[in-house]
Amino acid sequence: MRTEDKKRTARRALEDRILKGDGSTSSDQRARAFNNVGLPEPLHALLGKVATRPTQVTEADFAAAKASGLSEDQIFELVICAAVGQSTRQYDAGLAALDEAIRGKVG
Amino acid sequence: MRPGILDHDYGAGTKLLFALIRLFSGHPVPDAAKLVFYRPDFYGARMKEFTQEAMRGPSAWSVADRELMAAYVSKVNECTFCVGAHSATATRAYQDGIRVAAVLADLESAPIEEPLRSTLRMLAKLTREGTLGADDMRAVLSAGASRQQAEDALAVCFAFNATDRLADAFGFEVLSPEGFDAGAKYLLKRGYR
Repeated sequence: MRTEDKKRTARRALEDRILKGDGSTSSDQRARAFNNVGLPEPLHALLGKVATRPTQVTEADFAAAKASGLSEDQIFELVICAAVGQSTRQYDAGLAALDEAIRGKVG
Repeated sequence: MRPGILDHDYGAGTKLLFALIRLFSGHPVPDAAKLVFYRPDFYGARMKEFTQEAMRGPSAWSVADRELMAAYVSKVNECTFCVGAHSATATRAYQDGIRVAAVLADLESAPIEEPLRSTLRMLAKLTREGTLGADDMRAVLSAGASRQQAEDALAVCFAFNATDRLADAFGFEVLSPEGFDAGAKYLLKRGYR
């Protein structure tokens, strides 16, 4: 298998696992975290920061998520999904720009 | 690290491994390494596989170049832990700390090759703005990077856009320069497996 195939395959395997595999959160919750949409407070505050301004995440954000009834394992899963989701959107945007640049060159 | 499970909830075998690493390296296990051992079936196992391939798999970029990309993306994300870890690793890999410091201080004036400079500029824009146009990629290709090199750089960028976010969200403890150097040695010898 070519190495690029291996990287794309490995990235897809990661995404499939965190979104569709077993977990202490539902697949729906994980998909919302991954896509950074439709999140209730206080999760929206925590996961929105993970996606777009992670240096601003605080202890208070974790405390609020726990106080809303989530376990630490549930928070772990959703933070992972939010981080991988944002980096996936950026990766896809980069690959699309590259495809467009190559197509333009050929055409 | 937060939440507390990431500091405490490991099986006996993993705890023993952490103790051995501490014993032989003289430094505590970095939080980045601990994270991938926490419920590895959920995240760590697959992320390690991706990162190993992106950072150590076949590529026209050297290992040093890819470590520099990791440090540079982390600098744009203002992720102190990952800048420390990967600038130390790039410095060891190049055997040239001045080159790494120059790129992190000012990409435009740093004494590096144009394909690498142009690629780092593209990764910074993607990281900062979350999006790119075809013109940004044409600039990379015109500077002499191949299509495959651009793709390889995007894979490094994916790994560190995810890892930087987790480092800051989970509050990875920033190490001493000696701690980062010990980690760099490990990453160059063993990789990300």
